[in-house]
Amino acid sequence: MPKDSGIGASTKRREDVRFLTGAGNYTDDINIHGQAYVHFLRADVAHATINSIDTSGAADMPGVLRIFTGADFEAVGGLPCGWQVTDKHGQPMQEPKHPVLAHGKIRHVGEPVCAVVAETYAQARDAAEEIVLDLTELPAMVDMKEAVKDGATKVHDDLTSNLCYDWGFVEENKDAVDEAIKNAAHVTTLELVNNRLVANPMEPRVAVGEYSRSDDMHTLHTTSQNPHVIRLLMGAFVLGIPEHKLRVVAPDVGGGFGTKIFHYAEEAFCTFAAKAVNRPVKWTSTRSEAFMSDAHGRDHVTKIELAMDADNNFTAIRTETYANMGAYLSTFAPSVPTWLHGTLMAGNYKTPLIYVNVKAVFTNTVPVDAYRGAGRPEATFQLERVIDKAARERGVDPIALRRQNFVTEFPYATPVAVEYDTGDYEATMAKLEEIADIGGFAARRAASEKNGKLRGLGVNCYIEACGIAPSNLVGQLGARAGLYDAATVRVNATGSISVMVGAHSHGQGHETSFPQVISEMIGIPEDQIDIVHGDTSKIPFGMGTYGSRSLAVCGSAMVRAAEKVINKAKKIAAHLLEASDADIELKNGQFTVAGTDKSVAWGDVTLAAYVPHNYPLEDIEPGLEETAFYDPANFTYPAGAYACEVEVDPDTGKVTIERFSAADDFGNIINPMIVSGQVHGGIAQGIGQALLENCSYDENGQLISASYMDYAMPRADDLPFYSVDHSCQTPCTHNPLGVKGCGEAGAIGSPPSVVNAVIDALQSGGKNVAHIDMPLTPSRVWAAMNNA
Amino acid sequence: MYAFEIERPSTIADAVNALKGEDAQALGGGQTLIPTLKQRLAMPSKLVSLSGIGEMKGVCLGDAGEVCIGGATTHATVAREAAAHYPALAALASHIGDPAVRNRGTIGGSLANNDPSACYPAAALGSGATIITNNREIAADDYFQGMFTTALEEGEVITEVRFPVPEKANYQKFVQPASRFALVGVFVAKYAGGVRVAVTGASEEGVFRWTEAEEALSGNFDGGAVDGLSVPSDGMISDLHGTPEYRAHLVKVMTKRAVAASG
Ligand SMILES: Cc1cc2nc3c(=O)[nH]c(=O)nc-3n(C[C@H](O)[C@H](O)[C@H](O)COP(=O)(O)OP(=O)(O)OC[C@H]3O[C@@H](n4cnc5c(N)ncnc54)[C@H](O)[C@@H]3O)c2cc1C
Repeated sequence: MPKDSGIGASTKRREDVRFLTGAGNYTDDINIHGQAYVHFLRADVAHATINSIDTSGAADMPGVLRIFTGADFEAVGGLPCGWQVTDKHGQPMQEPKHPVLAHGKIRHVGEPVCAVVAETYAQARDAAEEIVLDLTELPAMVDMKEAVKDGATKVHDDLTSNLCYDWGFVEENKDAVDEAIKNAAHVTTLELVNNRLVANPMEPRVAVGEYSRSDDMHTLHTTSQNPHVIRLLMGAFVLGIPEHKLRVVAPDVGGGFGTKIFHYAEEAFCTFAAKAVNRPVKWTSTRSEAFMSDAHGRDHVTKIELAMDADNNFTAIRTETYANMGAYLSTFAPSVPTWLHGTLMAGNYKTPLIYVNVKAVFTNTVPVDAYRGAGRPEATFQLERVIDKAARERGVDPIALRRQNFVTEFPYATPVAVEYDTGDYEATMAKLEEIADIGGFAARRAASEKNGKLRGLGVNCYIEACGIAPSNLVGQLGARAGLYDAATVRVNATGSISVMVGAHSHGQGHETSFPQVISEMIGIPEDQIDIVHGDTSKIPFGMGTYGSRSLAVCGSAMVRAAEKVINKAKKIAAHLLEASDADIELKNGQFTVAGTDKSVAWGDVTLAAYVPHNYPLEDIEPGLEETAFYDPANFTYPAGAYACEVEVDPDTGKVTIERFSAADDFGNIINPMIVSGQVHGGIAQGIGQALLENCSYDENGQLISASYMDYAMPRADDLPFYSVDHSCQTPCTHNPLGVKGCGEAGAIGSPPSVVNAVIDALQSGGKNVAHIDMPLTPSRVWAAMNNA
Repeated sequence: MYAFEIERPSTIADAVNALKGEDAQALGGGQTLIPTLKQRLAMPSKLVSLSGIGEMKGVCLGDAGEVCIGGATTHATVAREAAAHYPALAALASHIGDPAVRNRGTIGGSLANNDPSACYPAAALGSGATIITNNREIAADDYFQGMFTTALEEGEVITEVRFPVPEKANYQKFVQPASRFALVGVFVAKYAGGVRVAVTGASEEGVFRWTEAEEALSGNFDGGAVDGLSVPSDGMISDLHGTPEYRAHLVKVMTKRAVAASG
């Protein structure tokens, strides 16, 4: 029987009522009395020296309060990078300065150069047109391999080259890997591109800066996934504002997908300018600005080699990847192609030897950082594509080849430095075969062929590392922050509960699922429990939401805090019931003395805590509120198997997704409906990457997919009805809920199966096509077919 | 946007008068013009909205049985009201953009704009339609003059478009995946006097007639009739979404499909 509340219930998302009825409170809904508006004059060339900026004509325009340029920020810090990668020689990465407004040079189209603050947005924009920039254009570095050639124009003159780092992982294994590849019975090689993407959350970024002279307090309202991280980075590194004088509020946020993790120039600008002009200052990104200023995702160029013995056992993997950093290091950019990518290269397989080389490159493009999955989709894609290619080259069934090489015993220490605690890859594969009706594929292919269409089936596995992350480990790996999380459980006098959490919900449904956990633990209705998030003045210092970490890390903190609350409440109950604490049981909101019918209700105990007339004041403090910080012992390792079935129109190259199935192991599940929703959305974005989305620059560094006229987002009719299952559950062994995280799985697990399916379809039509780079647009598929 | 004045006349005569002002511009459904203004790519001093002119709206039948569509008629209205008279035209209108676009965008605006990937130009040219303006009648063959270029003069308003109704017709649109305009669209219409084939989306010159296919199909109205023909890729559009070769190939595929689907 499905439960109707608590852990395991598909409780409807309470936040959707306000989102769907227009009652949400997004950052753009915040308008403060006296607020002024900023318009950023953005670079329209990719690379140039700024000789001079003449703002004199603009300064006299109606409504202008002040015009800022890079020079105004000389006294403050630049935007910091939160992760330092050490290269294969033991040297730190090259880390360029990242000014709030361009200073001396322009390094990508869209970079903010000047900021006009005016009474109205239109006045700011009018004035910006009167600013005269005297520029000397420089050659734009767009192609990564060109950018790292000797003598290439440097994006940053004060660095030695455009190479941020050359990372080898695990460097000590390199010789053994080379040797294994040399001696292998068979080596499959694949070169591929992991296409650059724009996250495109429905809500564009917004920032409203505010300054109060009465108490010297700065407030930033912003579209962020992690307000405390922004407060720390902006306060400590950019503007030099101590935490107690800086409040960061991220109210309802309309989607993030990673791109709202990072600290952006516009946030620092609005906070800074609010004090400088002594007015609240607001910026709302247009969609055009979003395309050229939100951090982009992916953009890897990779060569992968998979070595096998004569029996098709994987013996070694070697990869070489060029990872585009863009023009500056965005907050977590260096970690994405390294620690979130190299560590996942074992996948679900017991390959004994692995070596990953990553060259991170500066180019005159928008900075690239984490986007849903971040590094793990790039790892999964190359691995699952090369395995498919190997199966074809060896003439074996791609599912059988995977099965033969699965990790089957846990815990499993990979050769790329992580330890999988639990998993059952055979179980998810068997479940996939069932829900995808793989047995019925041959008949469906025959039916498609009758209609003149080619039909293909593609399968892949994936594993990801979520619950980011153990702080001591990530510290060794170069993180400049801890990655624990925190929660405060505040029980009110009459028994209702407010839980202040460090995690931030921007579509994930925390406001529904977190109360389910508390409701289960205490036995009071879910509607007695509220989640408070997104405001540094209200919540404990937590690190926010990304990397599918909210429930695994912050949820664990909440459980720990709730346990403390329950322990204290039991003591109070023991006092009221004149029994010993050890004999008190809490069930369905009632404290009972074990083995008796003596009981006291939750609400009576909480009231006693706040009205302590009959209360053991000598032993315990009044009140009922506890905080816990939780630092995970390990990552969590969700895994699964995905299948995609496509039809290809041989006349046009158009791919249609006919079926899509996902069998995931997320460990324990709090709300199955929300989990399905997360998987659905992830698959939509994965299919978007595989078939539609392509962020593209021309050779001059102009963004040519800079609007929805050219950047294709997945739409409902591009997608089939999915079949998703998460009944295979191997609970995480090291967090109290046994949960693993489900937010990114769909985006990580889906692109390879789509491409594998298209290749399978073309091969079935006698086209000898080994690979097509994403997105598999009709034009690319047709070209591949006709060159084969 | 830059600031502008707006007028909303209720007759064609008033509209034409209002358009005589310097830098005045007609506003149809605004589906092209408003985004252009928002990007500050145009700076009209005055917009003259055509949406209040009753005589420019609606679908009716002319004396010769032709379908007459007012220049300010929305795509949604055409989809609904032309369906009984000219199903292929109504179907084309019903696949332009999304419901919001179809309930605002107008046939006059689409033809005046003459976007090289737009749908209506293919229907007008493929049907040999007549574009009626406030002061003359222009045959479709004379009207389209290259991408975003037409025979319209400054201040001239499309008041009506007249489509002779063919025996059979069909429009095949292969969508550009992002914009969902036509990557290549082909309108085929069979008249007693012969077959017309108009292609949009493909050429750098904008909409054009594929005369070889017209000849072949006039002799034998069967998709197979174009098998032997080839479309040169010279002058075809090259962009993120398709090479000239791909577009040339699609012209033929879509032509065959249009013939097969025309009822
Ligand atoms: C999201 C989206 C999707 C779209 N998809 C498609 C598609 O799939 N296929 C397609 O064909 N089109 C598509 N369009 C374009 C749409 O059909 C527009 O409606 C059309 O291009 C312009 O018509 P309008 O009435 O909106 O004209 P406006 O935008 O108001 O005006 C366009 C131009 O025409 C002039 N003009 C307007 N009316 C007249 C008139 N009666 N006489 C003379 N000049 C006039 C204006 O001065 C202006 O220069 C799409 C548009 C959008 C926004």
